Amino acid sequence: MTVLAQDAPALRRSWLDTAFAFSRRQPLGTFGLVVVVVAAIAGLSAEWIAPYSPTANDFAAMTEPPSAAHWLGTDQFGRDLLSRIIYGARTALIIGFVSAFVGGFAGLVLGVGSAYFGGVIDLVLQRVMDVLMAFPLIIMALAVVAIFGTGVQNVIVAITVPRASALSIREVPYIDAARTCGFGHARIILRHMVPNVVAPFLIMLTAFVGQAILAEASLSYLGLGVQEPTPAWGLMLQGGAEEYASTAPWIAIFPGLAIALTVFGFSLFGDALRDAIDPKLRDR
Amino acid sequence: MYRYILNRLLLSIPTLIGAAALVFILMRLIPGDICVVRLGSGGSINPTAVANCHAQLGLDRSLVLQFFDFIAGFARGDFGTSMWSGKPVSQEIATRIPVSLEIALLATLVAVLIAIPLGTISALHQNSWLDHIVRTVAIAGIATPSFWLGIMSILVVLEVSHLAFGAPWMPPIDYVSLWDDPLRNLSIVILPAITIGYRYSAVTMRMTRSAMLEVLREDYIRTARAKGLFEHIVVNRHALQNALLPVVTLIGIEFAFLIGGLVVTEQVFNLNGIGRLFVLAVQNQDYTLTQALVMLTVAIFVVTNLAVDVLYAWLDPRIRFG
Amino acid sequence: MKNRTGWLAESLSIALSAALAAALTAAPAAAENIKRGGILTYMIPADAPPSLDGHKENTYATLHATAPFYSTLIAINPDNPSSSTDFVCDLCTEMPKATDDGKTYTFKIRKGVKFHDGTPLTAADVATSWQYIVHPPKGVSSARESYMVMVDTVESPDPETVVFKLKFATSAFLPALADPFAYIYKKETLEKDPTWYEKNILGSGPFKFVAYETGQSIKGVRNPDYYHEGQPYLDGFTAIFAAKQSVRVDAIRADRAATEFRGMPPSARDELVKELGDKITVQTSDWNCVNLLTPNQKKKPFDDVRVRRAMALAIDPWKGAPALSKIATVHTVGGLVFPGSPLAATKEELQKIVGFGPDIEKSRAEAKKLLEEAGAAGLKFELMNRNVDQPYKFVATWAIDEWSKIGLKVTQRVLPTGPFYDALRSGSFEVAVEFNCQNMVNPLLDVAKVLPRSVYPENYGGYEDPKLIEIYNSMLRETDPAKQRAKMREFETYALDTQVDTIMTPWWSRIITHRSYMKGWKISPSHYLNLNLANIWLDK
Repeated sequence: MTVLAQDAPALRRSWLDTAFAFSRRQPLGTFGLVVVVVAAIAGLSAEWIAPYSPTANDFAAMTEPPSAAHWLGTDQFGRDLLSRIIYGARTALIIGFVSAFVGGFAGLVLGVGSAYFGGVIDLVLQRVMDVLMAFPLIIMALAVVAIFGTGVQNVIVAITVPRASALSIREVPYIDAARTCGFGHARIILRHMVPNVVAPFLIMLTAFVGQAILAEASLSYLGLGVQEPTPAWGLMLQGGAEEYASTAPWIAIFPGLAIALTVFGFSLFGDALRDAIDPKLRDR
Repeated sequence: MYRYILNRLLLSIPTLIGAAALVFILMRLIPGDICVVRLGSGGSINPTAVANCHAQLGLDRSLVLQFFDFIAGFARGDFGTSMWSGKPVSQEIATRIPVSLEIALLATLVAVLIAIPLGTISALHQNSWLDHIVRTVAIAGIATPSFWLGIMSILVVLEVSHLAFGAPWMPPIDYVSLWDDPLRNLSIVILPAITIGYRYSAVTMRMTRSAMLEVLREDYIRTARAKGLFEHIVVNRHALQNALLPVVTLIGIEFAFLIGGLVVTEQVFNLNGIGRLFVLAVQNQDYTLTQALVMLTVAIFVVTNLAVDVLYAWLDPRIRFG
Repeated sequence: MKNRTGWLAESLSIALSAALAAALTAAPAAAENIKRGGILTYMIPADAPPSLDGHKENTYATLHATAPFYSTLIAINPDNPSSSTDFVCDLCTEMPKATDDGKTYTFKIRKGVKFHDGTPLTAADVATSWQYIVHPPKGVSSARESYMVMVDTVESPDPETVVFKLKFATSAFLPALADPFAYIYKKETLEKDPTWYEKNILGSGPFKFVAYETGQSIKGVRNPDYYHEGQPYLDGFTAIFAAKQSVRVDAIRADRAATEFRGMPPSARDELVKELGDKITVQTSDWNCVNLLTPNQKKKPFDDVRVRRAMALAIDPWKGAPALSKIATVHTVGGLVFPGSPLAATKEELQKIVGFGPDIEKSRAEAKKLLEEAGAAGLKFELMNRNVDQPYKFVATWAIDEWSKIGLKVTQRVLPTGPFYDALRSGSFEVAVEFNCQNMVNPLLDVAKVLPRSVYPENYGGYEDPKLIEIYNSMLRETDPAKQRAKMREFETYALDTQVDTIMTPWWSRIITHRSYMKGWKISPSHYLNLNLANIWLDK
């Protein structure tokens, strides 16, 4: 459904030409796409490309600076930083995508349902979403952690519940028009509303992935996210990183860079996508 | 206009009550309680001491009674006493607001002063190298974890001062207010303000840019240019004023989100503000304090949203005069 | 005085003392010329104490913030604080000998001691304060009630005498009496309002209260009427609450504060020593704190002693401790008793206990066999831990790695303090990283941690064992030191080897890095001791 708009649909350019045209027009977007792809590859093929196991302690090689044996150095347990970052990509992308999809889907359902049915349902749902939006993330996270425990799934729950409402979309005009035609609920929703929200939805999704990764980092920093010895970028910045910031700065720098770069990539890519789709922002 | 405001205010009451119920339930769902946290210092907890503590804090009453107490207190304006320190909640919050407010305001100032001009320039030169640089800097601001930025900035300041002056320098760790010692106060507040302000200004920059881009495509801009007006008049008098509407909205909304940023930043810089109080209250399972803080946050959120909407409606002549 | 602590001034000042890297015993104080004056700024590694009442609280946050304001009856000798038997008088005139078969202690109280509001302090105040600690009246809580079970009555027959009558003679009494939280309060105030001291401070100690800003700092000024001649040497102190470790390290580095009194991790010590050279002094001591890996014997298969034994056998503390000590605040391998105490086991004695054997390969092979026998090979379980880095998470990560070497698949479940204790008390865990931290080195009371819940409500292992209780009681009442030591060996072996009720990890190590201009303070095995600042002076 969502198509990268091209100016002359009749011309059949080779996809390579298309790609080059896109990258020339949107250098930042291309960069973003590259970052996203690299992260995805790292996450998917971690077992094959990571030089060491991410959880193997090596007390003989603690806090070593970057070297030939350990390209990004080791942390305070002697674990290879590069391997932990590669596996961390997997954790980050899982958290990011699942949060985005679950939250987005929930938000979509809520938004569409709320806008469609209107009236009291709309009012109540809007209030519920208001409360969840305004509710501080840390309390939600602490409660989820304390009740259900830490770990990837619970972090996802902690992030999506409050922020799903951010992804809710309401499209009112279509409803009235469709209703006058006498269409049934399902048809209106599926055939008319959803297709029109999919494009902006996808764009918001890419932004949400980035925000979810950042949220996981903050939660891990406060000790409420994923736990040792799971490799996760936010977790790597907690505890040891601050302690060793002066003596072994690589422990703090590289995970932070990984987060920043990945979120950066997703944001750039999302921006480019939006610029390409939204007719109002396209180049004259 | 007044009916609109009244309507919104009425609608915010269920939001507040919903938030109150949510925090009440969530906090009590967390296993353990403040007495256990307080007395567990040595690794063992004396059950009699815990029971005494429960009685002293009123935790042995029924949940319904506790909830009623909480809501009734709020309606009266009595926010209760902190279970941890025994001091009134209003006092605990009042002593910590100045720091957080100062950082928030400074961050906003930084954001507005930097973001709007940069965003405008970026829009005017869309897709030029200047635009790309500004966009990159902006996205970096959104992508970088703020606490990481904070940690790095402290480190950088320490190292640079060590190299330059021979002795490492860090801002003072005991807070003084702006009125007592402005220079010392600013040295404490400037780094956290920049850390938070960076992200804030990044978001504002992007919004300014996209708002300007939209406005610059409008017909009346084309007309103004066709009339031969100077570019800066076109930009400042015609474009910017209209572009600023969504930007102002965004600044307002993001201000409410600042509290989330404060939570982490105050940890990094060890500042005695609302954000840190929040973390403490939740970790210590201090129900009264947490409840009060959540209500405060939600209220700020609701009020800010309302204020922004009203401002938007008032600023937009189409709505004001329509 | 504030200007003198500025960083510019500091960079020009000369440090005199060499860096100390001593272990336990401290040399007697060198007779340097003590300089008077100055304000000591130190940090308290916590956010804010729950209340200011030493009788009710258990946390060092309260102690570090209030100890300089109060007096106690006796205290550990501030010039020899690493000893567990060298007690000196604070408010009393001399250490008494026990009479009546060791069941009665009579203390004479100093004359002329005044509270900070000018009213005199008499034996009645001492006796009442102690009564509130030992037998608190209804509705009043005392956090140390369970340590004082041996005390029958506390009385003050005249304004200068306090008499403690014990239920049975025991060498555990004096150390319990020297508890740093046992502040002497005013009798009148206690009786009128037992909660007054939660928010207010009125003591008779070396410093008078000046100001307390919640979550920020607490300040005190010199008490000119202090009864110890010449002390305190400082003009005053400022204690700043700084919960984040990186802030504390940076603050010492930039001379925003002179020290903190809890303990630094090795990385901080290394960084500060590298940066500041001889401007920083490091004092190290074993710490009367240890982490215990406690299996929940109410959950299968941890009720099978073979599984517990295997878990103990897998761990190699002799190799682990030196490696861990580089990154975590642990150091010495020890059994149930604080290493360095006369009651502690020697290395030879330890190596006979499971988990301390010299041949780890043999131990691990045996462990795998035991797991097979018990049908628990490749067992998966969760290790419940507190959300604190030093050294909990490090110790846990190490233990998990050790267990993986016998095929056990362990994950960590980290909880914040409240839920952690809740899970402990309700028994909803499989194996937990417990800890045992005591204010005083008092081995007889400290090892009570492994006693079953029926006598020690704070035990979470989920087992009952009358034999263990029997050995303990006989040891507690034994007055001959040699026989007592033998009984301790029996107790330790039974608890750790026969029953494997818990698994020891290396004892904590306390590292204090302070600015070299701070003199007079000596490290002790507890971060609760020696904190009234009376003997500290600044060499500036």
